Amino acid sequence: MAQVIVVTSGKGGVGKTTSSAAFATGLAQSGKKTVVIDFDVGLRNLDLIMGVERRVVFDIVNVISGEARLSQALIRDKRVDTLSILPASQTRDKDALTKEGVATVIEELSKDFDYILCDSPAGIEKGALLALYFADQAIVVTNPEVSSVRDSDRILGVLQSKSKRAEEKKDPVKEHLLVTRYDPNRVEKGEMLKLDDIQDILRIPLLGVIPESESVLKASNTGNPVILDEPSPAGQAYKDAVARFLGEDRKMRFTDYEKKGFFSRLFGGRAA
Amino acid sequence: MNWLHFFRNKQEEAPATAPQAKERLQIVLAHERISRKGEDFLPKLQREIVELVARHVSIDPERVNVSLERGGDLSTLAIAVELPGPEPARRVS
Repeated sequence: MAQVIVVTSGKGGVGKTTSSAAFATGLAQSGKKTVVIDFDVGLRNLDLIMGVERRVVFDIVNVISGEARLSQALIRDKRVDTLSILPASQTRDKDALTKEGVATVIEELSKDFDYILCDSPAGIEKGALLALYFADQAIVVTNPEVSSVRDSDRILGVLQSKSKRAEEKKDPVKEHLLVTRYDPNRVEKGEMLKLDDIQDILRIPLLGVIPESESVLKASNTGNPVILDEPSPAGQAYKDAVARFLGEDRKMRFTDYEKKGFFSRLFGGRAA
Repeated sequence: MNWLHFFRNKQEEAPATAPQAKERLQIVLAHERISRKGEDFLPKLQREIVELVARHVSIDPERVNVSLERGGDLSTLAIAVELPGPEPARRVS
């Protein structure tokens, strides 16, 4: 039976799609059969971040409305062969998604995949609710910033009350915190919420910390999930997070301030 | 710019703002987590208070003001009911 994982945040622009793409790729690299679904109907972007935008023929709405078979809509990744992408529709509105329709799609995907990742749209409207409804586990993406932390708390409340597991009074959705765009230098200066503070407030287990990194923009420019940029700090941090998700014990990295040495202070080095 | 910074003994320290962020979040979330469970009780409370007061004195329901100030340890709910003043000109005894 496949595990359904929602990548969610409430707030927009915090890195849900970047994290979904990286995480799905990482799971697939570990040999797990993984499919990542874009739930942002009308504003799809996972296809671009994954670099498959020119291969989209059918989408999840076509599948739900019976216009295409699931196998026709799934895009097999060319870099990692255990990875598939199910794009969202760009032209239809979000009412095209129905609970029954999504249930059928997830049920069918469960037969062939180990992990089904649902990339949620921002907000707490229909699309976001459907993305989290079937979840067994949730990755809550949070920036070290007040509005993002507040919205994450809100979405945790929604997970605990409106998910299928909550409605059916089963074991609750397993929650993971993924802090993105973390900048230890600004934390050191007292300009940014500390990791401990965010954990203190949200009180869910920490899965990983992704440092603010230039490689994330470079990755989206070229349509390669940042986890494939192996030397980059963000790529390594995502690799760590995936390993932890799969049960490995790995120390948090990129969370501490590196004091600049004499030369970098003098000439102004910038972290990549 | 960087070499100038180097010669400055200590950069002017900007006051840390992160602790404020944490404190504000803790306060707002403490309240939001409580209200998540129940419905928004303020409108109902206001209506019931107006009804209660109106049973004893005649008041203008428009002139009732309910305000809530949320703090870390203490929240205050203030309800101001404006009572009509005497109208000596029209009063015939």
